Amino acid sequence: MGKTIAQKIFDSHKVDNPAGDINVINLDAVFCHEITTPVAINDLIERGIDRVFDPNKIKAVIDHVTPSKDSKTATQAKIMRDWARKQGIKDFFDVGQNGVCHALFPEKGFVRPGYTIIMGDSHTCTHGAFGAFAAGVGTTDLEVGILKGVCAFHYPETIKIEITGTLQKNVFAKDVILSIIGKIGVNGATNKVMEFTGPVVDRMTMEERMTLCNMAIEAGGTSGVCYPDRTTVDYLWEFIKNDYSSKEDALEDFSKWNSDSDAAYSIKLTHDISNLKPMMTVGYKPDEVQEVNGKEKIKVDQIYIGSCTNGRIEDLREAAAVLKNQSISPDVRGILSPATPAVYKQALKEGLIDIFMDAGFCVTNPTCGACLGMSNGVLASGEVCASTTNRNFNGRMGKGGMVHLMSPAVAAATSIAGFITTPDKIDEERSQLK
Amino acid sequence: MKDFNGKVLFLDRADINTDEIIPAKYLTEISKSALQPYLLEDLKLANFSLEDLKGKSIILTRENFGCGSSREHAPWALEVNGINLVIAENFARIFKQNMFNCGMMAVELSKEKIDEIFKTFNGKETTIETDIANGKLIIKSSDTNIEVDFSVSEFDKSLVEAGGWINYADKNY
Repeated sequence: MGKTIAQKIFDSHKVDNPAGDINVINLDAVFCHEITTPVAINDLIERGIDRVFDPNKIKAVIDHVTPSKDSKTATQAKIMRDWARKQGIKDFFDVGQNGVCHALFPEKGFVRPGYTIIMGDSHTCTHGAFGAFAAGVGTTDLEVGILKGVCAFHYPETIKIEITGTLQKNVFAKDVILSIIGKIGVNGATNKVMEFTGPVVDRMTMEERMTLCNMAIEAGGTSGVCYPDRTTVDYLWEFIKNDYSSKEDALEDFSKWNSDSDAAYSIKLTHDISNLKPMMTVGYKPDEVQEVNGKEKIKVDQIYIGSCTNGRIEDLREAAAVLKNQSISPDVRGILSPATPAVYKQALKEGLIDIFMDAGFCVTNPTCGACLGMSNGVLASGEVCASTTNRNFNGRMGKGGMVHLMSPAVAAATSIAGFITTPDKIDEERSQLK
Repeated sequence: MKDFNGKVLFLDRADINTDEIIPAKYLTEISKSALQPYLLEDLKLANFSLEDLKGKSIILTRENFGCGSSREHAPWALEVNGINLVIAENFARIFKQNMFNCGMMAVELSKEKIDEIFKTFNGKETTIETDIANGKLIIKSSDTNIEVDFSVSEFDKSLVEAGGWINYADKNY
C-alpha cells in the first residue's frame, strides 16, 4: 500500500510512537507570534528551562496587534522581543518588518516541501500549500516544540479533494474553498489532512494554494496540503538556488513527497467548480455558504480586505481591478490591510494603493488586527462587515457584529454598492440605488 | 491529577467555537486567572446566562466543541472556572489536544448516549463522578442515577496522569 504526502512526511520525521497511532515527530520549523507564545515563554522561565531547541528553526513575529495598542499588548510584544534577543532568534520580525505570519513566513522562504511545522495559530494549515505538514497547536504543544523540537500527532488520515473544471470570471480560490467547506461542513475534516489536487490546483499560483489551504481548519482539518510542483519550485527558487543545480533537479527532489497512486484515503471527493459562482457566508459558521445572488440586499457597514486568507498581492490586484475609478458607498467604511510590508510596497509600486485610497479606503499597516476583533477595524454591536478573512463566528470582529466571508473581488464590489454584490452587477445596482 | 467530579452545565448546541468560549479581545492577558470572568461570554445559545456557570465543574455538550482557533486560552478559561472535564459527541482536534496537554479531559460519547443524557438530565441539577481507572461516569440527579462507560486513549490518559504534555515530554524527549 502506498502512502499519502502527509504519511511520507510523518515517516521521515518520526521520533517515537508512545502509544497507539500517536507519532512524536521532529519539527523543521516552529513559528511564533505574540498572542500564544508569551505564556509559553513565561512558563519555560518559571520552570527554569528557558531554552530553545534550535534558534535557527524558530521564526517569530509580532503580528496580531501591532504596533501595540495598549499596555497589555505592549507587554506581549516586549516578552517576544526580549526572548528573541536572549535566545538568538535571528528571524524575528518586529514593527517595520512585521506582517501577518502566514503571509510573511512563506514570503521569506521559511516553508519548504516535506517540512513539519507547528505554530500556536490555527491557520498554520496555510503552509501545506508548499507540500508541508503544517498544523496549528495550542500553547502547550508550542512550548514543547520550542523546547524540544517535537510534537505529537495521530498518524495522519487524509481526505483527497480533486478539484476539476474551469473557474468562471470573478470566481477565485476563496470561492472554491468556501464551496468545499459548505459541502463537507465545519466538522467534515476533523483529525484529517485535506489534500487538494486536480487540474484546478495544478493551475493555481502559490498564493491561491495558500488561500485554499488556509481555510482547511474551518472544516476541522489538521493541515491542508498541495503537491509541490514547478509552481512551488519557481516560488521558492531564490531561496533554494544554492541547494540545487537546476529547477528540474529541485522538482525531482520535491516530487518524492507526492502521494503514491495507491495511497489509502479515508475519503476521496471530486469537486467540480465549472458552475461555481462567487460565494459568501451567511450565518455564524464558515460552512453556512451561499452564492452571492443579489436577491436579498444585505447592507454592510464595513469592508475589510486583508488577513492570512486574502491579504496578498494577487488579492489586492483582484480588488483594485474592481475599484479602479470607482468610489466606495458613502454608507460604508473600507479598510485595506496589506498582509506584509512586501505586499504593501509592491501595491504602492503598482499604483494599487492609489486606487484603494482614491476609492475611499483606509490603508492600515500589515496586521491581523481586525480579523479577530482586536484592533484596526473592530465592529460595533449590530454592525455588518463584508470581509476577506476566514471566520464568521459570533463576535469574531467585535461583540454583536456580523461577518460575511467572501473573495476580495466581491468585497470590493460590495464596498462600491454598499450591499453585498458581485463585480459584474455593480453598474446595474448602482443605477438602481439612484 | 485534576478533579473531574462535580455539577454539570448543559450546553445544548453543536459547533461551539473557541471565540465563544473566550473572545479574542481577552487574549492580551498573559495570566490564566485573568480569563476567569469572560468564559463563554459570546456564547450564542438561547436562555444561557453567565450565572449558569456558577458552581459547575463539568460541561456536557453536542458535537465539534472547541472548533476554530488554536487558543489554549479556551481550556485555561475553563480551568480557572473549576471546569476540568468536557463531555461531547466529539471535539475539534486542537481543542481536544489542548485539554489533555493541560492534564484536563475531553471525553467523547456516542450521539445516542449524549442524547440520552440530555433527555434524562437537562434541566435538573446533575452531578457526575468520574472513575478514570474503570472508565465510568456516574451521572446523578435527585431521582435518577446512571452509569456510562467511557474511554480515552492510552496516550491521553498518560498525559492526564503526568499532569500534562510538558511534564511528559520533558521526561521522555
